[in-house]
Amino acid sequence: MRTLRLMTIGGLTAALVITLAILRIGSVQAANASKDQLAHGHEVFEAWCAPCHAPVSGGERLAGTSTLEMVYKGAKPAALEQRTDLTPERVAYYVRHGDNAMPWFRKTELSDEDLAAVGAYLARNIPKK
Amino acid sequence: MRTPPDISASDFSAALQKCANVIGQSWVFSSDEDVDLYRDAYSPVRGLSDERVPSAALAPASVDQVQALVRIANEYRIPLYPVSTGRNLTYGGSAPVYNGSVVLDLKRMNRILEINEAGAYCMVEPGVSYFDLYRYIREHKLKLRIDPPDPGWGSPTGNSLEHGVGRGPYRDHFRAHCGLEVVLGNGDLLRTGMGALPASGSLWQRFRYGYGPYIDGIFSSSNFGIITKFGIHLLPEPELSRVFDISIARYEDLDDFVQEFAQLFDLGALNSISQMGMPLLSMQIPEARALLESPGGGSSAQWNELRDRLGKPPWQITQLNCQGPAKIVEAQYDYIVDRLSRFSGFKVESRRDYGPSPDPDQVPGQDKCALGIPSLVIFGGVGMGRGHGHLDFSPAYPMTGEAVRKINQLLQQGYREADMPWRGWTGGNTWFDKTFTMITGFGLENDPEQNRKAVAAFRHLMELLGANGFAEYRTHPLFQDLLMTQYSFNEHALLRFHETVKDAIDPQGILAAGRAGIWPKHLRDKREGKL
Repeated sequence: MRTLRLMTIGGLTAALVITLAILRIGSVQAANASKDQLAHGHEVFEAWCAPCHAPVSGGERLAGTSTLEMVYKGAKPAALEQRTDLTPERVAYYVRHGDNAMPWFRKTELSDEDLAAVGAYLARNIPKK
Repeated sequence: MRTPPDISASDFSAALQKCANVIGQSWVFSSDEDVDLYRDAYSPVRGLSDERVPSAALAPASVDQVQALVRIANEYRIPLYPVSTGRNLTYGGSAPVYNGSVVLDLKRMNRILEINEAGAYCMVEPGVSYFDLYRYIREHKLKLRIDPPDPGWGSPTGNSLEHGVGRGPYRDHFRAHCGLEVVLGNGDLLRTGMGALPASGSLWQRFRYGYGPYIDGIFSSSNFGIITKFGIHLLPEPELSRVFDISIARYEDLDDFVQEFAQLFDLGALNSISQMGMPLLSMQIPEARALLESPGGGSSAQWNELRDRLGKPPWQITQLNCQGPAKIVEAQYDYIVDRLSRFSGFKVESRRDYGPSPDPDQVPGQDKCALGIPSLVIFGGVGMGRGHGHLDFSPAYPMTGEAVRKINQLLQQGYREADMPWRGWTGGNTWFDKTFTMITGFGLENDPEQNRKAVAAFRHLMELLGANGFAEYRTHPLFQDLLMTQYSFNEHALLRFHETVKDAIDPQGILAAGRAGIWPKHLRDKREGKL
């Protein structure tokens, strides 16, 4: 697994290492997510993430999806909900640190509980081993 | 733990403990990790010594808690910086103007206190976002339309107080507000307009003036109070919304065209935003670039010849937007087309009609905001690329052809003098009456030196345009002192008045020191530049 977008931020080698290390942990956590947590995660995604990361069509542009389309060039889905390699920890990293023009989000916007839920939701597609 | 300026660590700890007793420990943020979330994500000086960063953040959930926190801040003379949702990126986000202030994060105050469908108004707390309001209205199937700004994640409260704008009939958001509840710098609680009449009921959100001086304006673009309740007028859901784009062909018709366009607003035929554009006058087009850089900027004959060759109009207006009862909208449209069709080459380039409560999934991104559907589609156009955001320059200028020409010539000069790339003529938005407002500016890079250059260029543009009477109406905290001091009539009488008010109603200077260039007495030496 590569963290292409992390590499665009200076001085984040440590974060890259952490991200690599948490892949397996993340898939276990996602598998353990409850139905309620996934439902809450979906709500959080719709409220906070979808405005920039929803699928797009017909020439529409959303900042998140369109940027990831440029970054991955088809190697991975540009829409986050279609990804199969997102771990809760990786999601949390971006929400709390931002990336390029994506700002970070405060705890009064997404609480740690919200963040865990949306992380579990986006990790739901990780293939089970 | 970071501390505010001139506050000892022990005093700050004691103050935060008292705050925790009011709002709960989990809503006091003092670790670097938590406090960093309040930095300005689009700061042009990120990581540099002049980046404005808070020392802590507090998140109250009620008016009583806000009052209690303000009283504690007074006891310890801790500077507070209130934010509603803190999402006004490019204008500072949630970071304070005065370095080391404690952010008062009002996001948890997120109740929609009332929506009155029959009366078409609502009252909200400051943490309610446009998305929240829209979802509530849809879930409850109310026949009401909100007027969001292009990025819909902000709050009606914060956006309006910053003189933010949308695209519908209520696009001048502060003008569409009605009634405020305010916590003052000493912790006192004030209601404006009819809110001061204890038995006024819903009249608070219907009649804005009440009796006596109308003071709501002093709480906008200022640091005089913390708004804890905010009334807004809403639009009854329009039967028909028609969005259309037009263009004309002749370069020499600019003055006449803008005059006609402005009159359509004055007559009430247009009542929503439209955007004037100049697709031909772009530095991205090599032939246009050659003309723009030539002495005199090209003759009408040259521009008209280029138009014929490239098939691009010199002047266009996009997002003309009529909303209301279908018969009225049809009549408005016919009238507008009749009036403008006298211009050579007049063309309706596209037209989209929408019925009431359009399905957001069926509305193209460009029309969402005009139809009251909050989104972040705007960032798909401006927020991408290598850097971490953008720095917007937002001057206002008269809605006349002469001013359009003059401001674009000044910008061309300013960018050249600052050694920054100019992109060609920039159009104007009709956010405010009789006025164009444009947004131009700079992308921010992950390169501090390049961003330093953008900051210097920004200052140069401000000074150049300000000297010619075209000042910004809002700006990033880095430039608020410079902007306010440009409004200098009679030896800065306006700013002297602001600071007289500040000293009177916030005598300890607790609230948002430096915001809009207004400094409390004990911090006036922090002002950048001299009066």
